[in-house]
Formats: sequence, C-alpha cells, structure tokens
Amino acid sequence: MIAAVIPVALAMMSLALLLNLFRLLRGPEITDRILALDTMYINSIALIVLYGIQQGSDLVFEAAMLIAVMGFLGTVAVAKYLLRGDIIE
Amino acid sequence: MMAILIELIVAALLLAGAAFALVGSIGLARLPDFFQRLHGPTKATTLGVGCTVLASAFYFSWQDGGISLHELLIVMFLFITAPVSAHTVARAALHRHVKTSPRTRGEPWQH
Repeated sequence: MIAAVIPVALAMMSLALLLNLFRLLRGPEITDRILALDTMYINSIALIVLYGIQQGSDLVFEAAMLIAVMGFLGTVAVAKYLLRGDIIE
Repeated sequence: MMAILIELIVAALLLAGAAFALVGSIGLARLPDFFQRLHGPTKATTLGVGCTVLASAFYFSWQDGGISLHELLIVMFLFITAPVSAHTVARAALHRHVKTSPRTRGEPWQH
C-alpha cells in the first residue's frame, strides 16, 4: 500500500513545487519571492523525506536537517536586509 | 494484522501531508495579495511536512524494530522557525508598503 501511495504523494509535492516556482518567477513584490523560496525549501524537505521512505534508508535526513537550517537563515537574512538595510548591525 | 495497521497509518499520513502542501502552494499561487498569500504556506506547508515526517518516523520505527525519532528533530526545528520567518517577512512587507488588493481592509502603516 505504501509503495502505491508514495508516487502519488511525490507527484502532489512536485506540483506544489511547480506552483511555488510560478510565484517565484511572477511575484510582483520581492517579499513574494522570499515567501516562495521559503515555501520551496520546506516542500523540498518533504520531498527528501518521501525519497528516504521510498528507498528505505534514513541516510538522507541529515541533508533535510541541513536544508532546514540554511533555508531559515537565508529567509531571515534577506528579510532583515529589506527591513533595516543591513544584516548584522 | 499489525503490519496492515502500520501501512494504513503511514499511507494516510503521507497522503494528508502531500495534500496539505499542495493546498498551501495553491494558496500561494492564486491568492490576490501578499498579506493573503502569507496565510497559505506558513500554516499548510508546515503541517504538510509535519505529517510526512511523522509518517516516516512510524515507518522506520516499524521497519527497524526500534523507536526512530531523529526525524522529529526536523519537524521540531520547522515548528520553531516557521512563525519567526513568517513574522520577519511580514514586517519587511509592512516596511516596504507592498500593494494590497482593494478587498484587503486596513493599511497598518498609515497610523
């Protein structure tokens, strides 16, 4: 049953990533683009976890953890730059 | 019997997680205005990743015959950081006076 569900979940997650890409390319304001990138890294974490379940190995979770940390830092840094004109004051 | 139950739980959690992520991204792509768009991903996507990671924790606990909890670190980190990043992006948008659609009421930077 899991083997039948995982391709469906992978397809839905990829569709979600394509919709995020649409907003990233289209977004009228730069904050829209930041929000789209934020959503993209969160969705890619879910995609990596799905891949790990499909392969039956839990070696990929360290990569997911790294993407989570780096994505959060990037979002906060760009938003802080927009807000204050500087990242570290 | 136990195996079928675990498979059912994992499959339901995977489908629910993917559906939540898809709904959040549809909201991000279709809503008319930045402050409305902020609602979609910050809630639904986090819940989507939460369901997916919970399914993975169930699956590997059952497969390896021990409790496998290190995936939950990811979801704990995301639950802590997602509101912080959403708050920071919203403050940046308020600072830049982004355009709102006519149906969004109130312009908080005017008073």
